[in-house]
Amino acid sequence: MQKITKEVYLKWYEDMLFWRKFEDKLAAVYIQQKVRGFLHLYNGQEAVLAGALHAMDLTKDKMITAYRNHVQPIGMGVDPKRVMAELYGKATGTSQGLGGSMHIFSKEHRFYGGHGIVGGQIPLGAGIAFGDKYHGSDAVTLCCFGDGAARQGSLHETFNLAMLWNLPVVFVCENNGYAMGTSVERTANHGEIWKLGLGYEMPSGPVDGMNPVKVAEAFDEAIQRARKGGGPTFLELKTYRYRGHSMSDAQKYRTKDEVEEYRKIDPITQVKDVILEKGYASEEDIKAIDKRVKERVSECEKFAEESPFPEKNVMYDAVYEQKDYPFIPHKL
Amino acid sequence: MKTIQFREAIAEAMSEEMRRDESIYLMGEEVAEYNGAYKASKGMLDEFGPKRVIDTPIAELGFAGIAIGSTMTGNRPIVEYMTFNFSLVGIDQIINNAAKIRQMSGGQFKCPIVFRGPTASAGQLAATHSQAFENWFANTPGLKVIVPSNPYDAKGLLKSAIRDDDPVIFMESEQMYGDKGEVPEGEYTLPIGVAEIKREGKDVTIVSFGKIIKEAYKAADQLEKEGISCEIIDLRTVRPMDRKAIVESVKKTNRLVVLEEAWPFGNVATEITYLVQSEAFDYLDAPVVKLNTADTPAPYSPVLLEEWLPNSNDVIKAVKKVMYK
Ligand SMILES: Cc1ncc(C[n+]2csc(CCOP(=O)(O)OP(=O)(O)O)c2C)c(N)n1
Ligand SMILES: [Mg+2]
Repeated sequence: MQKITKEVYLKWYEDMLFWRKFEDKLAAVYIQQKVRGFLHLYNGQEAVLAGALHAMDLTKDKMITAYRNHVQPIGMGVDPKRVMAELYGKATGTSQGLGGSMHIFSKEHRFYGGHGIVGGQIPLGAGIAFGDKYHGSDAVTLCCFGDGAARQGSLHETFNLAMLWNLPVVFVCENNGYAMGTSVERTANHGEIWKLGLGYEMPSGPVDGMNPVKVAEAFDEAIQRARKGGGPTFLELKTYRYRGHSMSDAQKYRTKDEVEEYRKIDPITQVKDVILEKGYASEEDIKAIDKRVKERVSECEKFAEESPFPEKNVMYDAVYEQKDYPFIPHKL
Repeated sequence: MKTIQFREAIAEAMSEEMRRDESIYLMGEEVAEYNGAYKASKGMLDEFGPKRVIDTPIAELGFAGIAIGSTMTGNRPIVEYMTFNFSLVGIDQIINNAAKIRQMSGGQFKCPIVFRGPTASAGQLAATHSQAFENWFANTPGLKVIVPSNPYDAKGLLKSAIRDDDPVIFMESEQMYGDKGEVPEGEYTLPIGVAEIKREGKDVTIVSFGKIIKEAYKAADQLEKEGISCEIIDLRTVRPMDRKAIVESVKKTNRLVVLEEAWPFGNVATEITYLVQSEAFDYLDAPVVKLNTADTPAPYSPVLLEEWLPNSNDVIKAVKKVMYK
């Protein structure tokens, strides 16, 4: 793994701040009904992505996750303007406006979605790793899911198969405390999700998901293991989401104090504190970054606003590879 | 009569039945402490306690199977799927067990269970969250399938579904939970398998069910102004289908439009179309028209979604087509 230098800290700060502000913007335009449907925000969980990206080889490694998926593709190299446009349902979006908030994909940047059925992407992630192993690639796949998804049968079947076939995959449970309104404690008789891996004799462990350094170290070990043919790892990232599950969530299942406790260990603030303490940058420099981030977010919004809606034929063209597929007509 | 929301009709039906019969329980994601993802079980945890109003982890296959298993020792579960899209994770248990236990055991075990939750699209929720599987379930012998379109029908039919000794799929809509309607103050049930003529008319029969029927009402209002009288039949139950109600209406109007929010290939409308050509062929003055969604997964973009869904304008066009206007 690359050393965690001043540059890394500054990049983390700018990246995480950008992700946060990008999503704050999404929440704002959602209220204006420019973005609709569900909108699941990553606010609070940014250190998981920042740390993971640092440990990955971004020329070949892969990532797949659930519907809380706007910023991961950006981290992997996708133009954020196109992500914003997707949420606006525009033709310039990453899926030409067909997927929306829950389904961001980028084949080019090896981001494999963007999945709406809880737990549905877990076997897919192992399948991507299966394909890489089959083809002799030493790429590693990060297969991400929530604490709620850990209760699906798909996880248990996949863990077993991934161990049986020694697949180059890192299973990443982003434990943000809740699956919608259900706290982790209410979903099992045991508290530590990472221990689920032990039954399959998979290397497993908990990670402080609010601190990108801790995250990067844990991912580095897991990714190197997978790359060298050592098979899967299961990491439970202890993290937190500040916002509601989606946009209509009264959040009666938790207290404001609890949210405040986590804000005290906010990943962006943690990184900023190190930057200032170590003198990696001055308050002035930080302000300049903040300003740049704001401008970049505005550019995304402008791009999405000004982009055209897709043509109607896109709805059909996207379904099959076959060019002349005979769809049943549905309008008179 | 009193006016209540659709979601209240659902909660009242479940609560009234649970008061009558101790063996009934409600199980599903967010049904208890959260009062239901769409508040269709509001207040039920408070009244019945956690033994009978049970939050589950996200484990659709496991809890469906456990609920089905418990029917074999005398329970009558109600299982809520947050939406029927997620029932696909548990559909093996429904099709291979709930629908077949009675038959496979030569009638030794009945399976009195209700699976309920929203079906079909609900705004820009994209491909995996906008699906209608009425025809999938209705294709399966052993199941019954109910899809009400207003609070009155929902309450009366859900009570019957809970009392029914066979497995019932009961489908609602996120977009109907806030709809208001009148229901009697006292107890009532409605029979499963009986359609209702929601509007009488003489020129064209429109058969529909579930929330999309509102597009038929809108179209009928408009067409009435143009002097065209539509008879609107709400199937209410998809399986068993009220074949008589459909055939009799077509014999009267001689024209049929079927409106169903589902993919067009082999759907419920297809079944109705077959029925009518076989039982009322000589009465038809025009080929039947069926209106469905596009033959594609649901798109997210608002402009595409609008194109994808059938709407009242489509109904108007279809009615005019079968009337050669
Ligand atoms: C199979 C399935 N069941 C239910 C849902 C509805 N649902 C969407 S997100 C969610 C909670 C998931 O929680 P978690 O896995 O912890 O992820 P988080 O939202 O916290 O990121 C539920 C129940 C779904 N999308 N798919
Ligand atoms: Mg969670």
